[in-house]
This record gives sequence, structure tokens and C-alpha cells, in this order.
Amino acid sequence: MSWFEKYNALKTIIIKEYLRFIRIWIQTVLPPAITTALYFIIFGKLIGSQIGDINGYKYMDYIVPGLILMAVITNSYGNVVSSFYSAKFQKSIEELLVSPTPNYLILIGYISGGVARGIIVGIVVTLVAMYFSDIQVHSYTLSLFVFILTATLFSIAGFINAIYANSFDDISIIPTFVLTPLTYLGGIFYSIEMLPDFWQTLSLANPILYMISSFRYGMIGTSDTDITTAIMIIIGFTLVLFTFAMHLLNKGTGIRQ
Amino acid sequence: MYALEIEHLKKTYSSGTKALKGVDLKVEKGDFFALLGPNGAGKSTTIGIVSGLVNKSAGSVKIFGYDYDTHQAQAKSCIGLVPQEFNFNQFERVIEILVNQGGYYGIPRPQAYKRAETYLRQLELWDKRNDMARELSGGMKRRLMIARALIHHPKLLILDEPTAGVDIEIRRSMWDFLTKINKQGTTIILTTHYLEEAESLCKNIAIIDHGRTIEDTSMKTLLSQLNTETFILYLQSPINDTHNLKSHDLSPFDIHVLDENTLEISIHEKMQFNHLFKLLTDNGIQVLSMRNKTNRLEQLFMRLVDKNRNNSELIETLEQTSHTENLDG
Repeated sequence: MSWFEKYNALKTIIIKEYLRFIRIWIQTVLPPAITTALYFIIFGKLIGSQIGDINGYKYMDYIVPGLILMAVITNSYGNVVSSFYSAKFQKSIEELLVSPTPNYLILIGYISGGVARGIIVGIVVTLVAMYFSDIQVHSYTLSLFVFILTATLFSIAGFINAIYANSFDDISIIPTFVLTPLTYLGGIFYSIEMLPDFWQTLSLANPILYMISSFRYGMIGTSDTDITTAIMIIIGFTLVLFTFAMHLLNKGTGIRQ
Repeated sequence: MYALEIEHLKKTYSSGTKALKGVDLKVEKGDFFALLGPNGAGKSTTIGIVSGLVNKSAGSVKIFGYDYDTHQAQAKSCIGLVPQEFNFNQFERVIEILVNQGGYYGIPRPQAYKRAETYLRQLELWDKRNDMARELSGGMKRRLMIARALIHHPKLLILDEPTAGVDIEIRRSMWDFLTKINKQGTTIILTTHYLEEAESLCKNIAIIDHGRTIEDTSMKTLLSQLNTETFILYLQSPINDTHNLKSHDLSPFDIHVLDENTLEISIHEKMQFNHLFKLLTDNGIQVLSMRNKTNRLEQLFMRLVDKNRNNSELIETLEQTSHTENLDG
């Protein structure tokens, strides 16, 4: 395939993926807005007013970055895992497999779909957050970088989950039993400095902590972890998962007999 | 250069099932080629490997000279696949399915849209272009898959049982369409269980059974192997004792009375119908109509498959005996 043909193939996958989740926006974009609004009302307004400041920031302002990133993580992952597994289930993935589209473009196309949903949901959740909190951005570059990188990382993770999935149960096991606990324990609602030493150390093994911390730093200027280390960890995870996903695609795991 | 050249193709699935044990196949450019075989013979596995849906275990595949192992993208660009099962997103619109498929082959969207219009009109689906795929009838879904396979103008079109479950009217119109694009230069490989379809459409034929090619020849050569044909004759009036079907003159014909108004007669290729009818008329038997008992290709197909099955069983028995002897020894 020439570069122009590859461009057309990638564009096609991205357009298809974008239209897929936009067409069902009531299932894909609206729920995170409602869920986040409930978090703000319950944790921010009702309980948050009793908690006081964390690291010198109002509790409501402190949880905003984590809630935005949680929506991004859940939706990027969910978009790719459901779209790719659905294509496997209906066998429509064969449309791509018989074509000359290279595997890396298939992967980038699906990741782009996940990132696109992450961005749109992130924007919607930020708009909801602006109603409850005075959002200030400490570093636009860092915030945007972490935002896109996190969406990319979880899109790849969703892709790998879909490759291994053999039933619809398999695509909900990881989000329910791994992703949600790690996200909640990743410091969205608290600073790990508030935890006993043992739990503080254990929290450092949670990769989501580094994403939330660095995104929070980008937005309000405070963090639980060293920013450079956090960025390196996120980039490292992204590269490892991308390489692994490519290996699975090239081998044909779960998609070619 | 062949449109498709397969050598020693083998496939063992992770379950241990040996689907292909050494398939060899050569399909000429411009051919209309029938790939036949009983269920589980290895046809779909062969097609799956050629189209990139199944990983081969051993052997080589070349498509218009492009080796699949070294020039996969070029090889894939030459192929259009119409699979056995519906494999499109049921919640996508007909036009989107075609335009997206064009995109996967690198065709810009406006150009893909124009091509989609051409094929949807030719296959009488243009009025359904904005319908969801799941809303189409079975026959329409089959035609949608043909249109989708043609969107990138493939040189080789592979159809895996394209007319399964399609009514006779649509089947005939699909035959006409396929004949037309074959005449325009597209090489076609067809698998089907309707042997009448293969006999009337295809120039060359291969039969696969137990993962091996057991026949690869022209349709004409294959059919010439059939030296005896069986016909059913419907009589004007019932057979009775005055009719002597066991007379010396009729003895070269193998005649069975199915019921008082129906005869089954096997005729060698060198025998003349005129002679048969004269003898029957002399015996006072008037024939109203007649038909082939079975399709000619079907008779040959069953004969070849049965023969291969006996050979395979013999080989397996010999292998088992040899294995047992080795263990004993």
C-alpha cells in the first residue's frame, strides 16, 4: 500500500470508530456526565464540605482532575474493548483482516477511536465540573499530554482485553475487578499522604496513581508523586502495551485461527 | 503466472485437527473454477488461508505471482472474498459497509462511494443503501457481500457457497452477474454444494477431501469420465405382463421398474437413445417424458469421494498396523 492508501485506510477506521460512539451518544457520552455530576454533588458538595482542604486546596477543586481522568480512563478503555470485541463477535473484523491494511494501522485506528471518545467525554465532564468548581489550569501542556497519553494507554489496554475475550462477560471482568478498584485507589478522592505508611507504599505500585497525580499537577499544581517519574512510568506502560498488542495482532491471537 | 498457486498446503488447528494434509491447486487467470468437497473436507480452511483469515502450518500460496509470505499486502489487494457466513456489522448501513471496505483497501471515500453506487445498482440493492444490514433479506445480504468483495476491483473473486439459502430466481441472477464479471476478466473460484451450479458455471474443477486434493482437472475431462448415465422414464400407460422388459434386445440396458408408470434405465455413453426408444416402442411402451436421475457431476463427485474415503481408510489402517508393529517390535 502507498502512503496515500494507508492514510485512507486509517482515516476510514477512525471515521467508523468515531461515528460508532457518536451515533449512540446516549449510551456513551451522556452517562459519564451524569455520573460525574453525582460525584460532585455527593462527594464534593455534601461530604466534601465536611472534609476541609487537602494540600491547601478546597476538596471540590482537589477531586476535579481525578474525576475527569477517571471518566477518560473508563471511556477510552470501554470504547475499544466493546468496539473491537463486537467486531470479533459479528466477524466484521474479517473486513479488515482480508484487506491489505497493515496491523499497526488497525491498532492505531482503534486507539484513535478510544482517544476520541476519551477527549469528548473529558470535555463534557470538564464542562460539568466547571458548574461546581472554579477550574484553573496550572500547565496546559502537561494536562493535555497526560490526558492524551492516559487515553492512549487505556485504549490499548481495552484492545488487548478484546483480543483475549471470548464472551461479553470477558470484556466486563477486567473493568469491574481490576480497572475500577485501581482507579478508586489511585488517589482520586484523597492524597496518599493521608494513608498509613504501608498503604502509601502499596499505592505506589498502582500505575493509575501516577496518571491522576500528574494530571492533578497539570491542573492545580499539586501532586502525590514526582512528575518526571510519573510521566516516564506512563510512557513506559504505553510502549510496553503497544508492543504487546502488536505482537498479538501479528500472531493473530484471538482473531486468526 | 497463475491467478492462484497453492503448493503442499497444510493446516493443523490448535485442537490438533489436521484440516489440510497437503493441498495443491493451480487456477489459471480468467478461469471460473469450482472448488468442491464434502463438509469438513478443507475447502473453507483453504479459502481462509488464501484470504488471510487462517494462518497456515506449512506450504506456499501465491496470488498472481505474489508470494503470500513475502508480499502479503499485494497478494491481499488481488483478492475479493465472499465468505460463507454473514460477516458484516449488522448495525451499519449498506452504503457505509461498502465505502468502509473500499477505505480499507486505500480507496478515497468519494471514489469508494461511486464504486459502491455502481455495484449496488448492478446487484439491485441501491434502494436499500440507507438500510441497516440486519434489515436485509438473506438473498440481499449475500448480494451485499458480493458488492463488498468487488469494491476494490479484485482480480480474483473467491465465493464460498454464495447461493446457500437463496431462492432460485436470485440464484439465477447471481449466476448471470458472476458470468458477466468473469467474462470481463475477473478470475472466480466458487465453492458450492449445488453441483448443478458448478457444472453450468465452471470451466475447471478441483475436489478436496480429507484435506487433500483428489481431483484437479477441467470440467469437460471430469465429466467425460462418466461413461454411464441413469435416467428416469415416465410412461404413458402402466407396464403389464405383455411388456417383455427382459427381452434379449433390451438386455444391454440396465432397466429397473420403479413403479408401473416409471422406469429407471442406465445407459452407456456408446449406446444410442434412438435405439432404446425404438426397442421400447416395439414392446408397446410409450415414453411421456424423462429426466436425469442425478446431476452428472453429482454422480462423479460421489464416486470420487467414496473412492478417496476407501483409500483414506486403507491408509489409516496400514498406518495403525505399522504403528502397532513398531510398538511390538
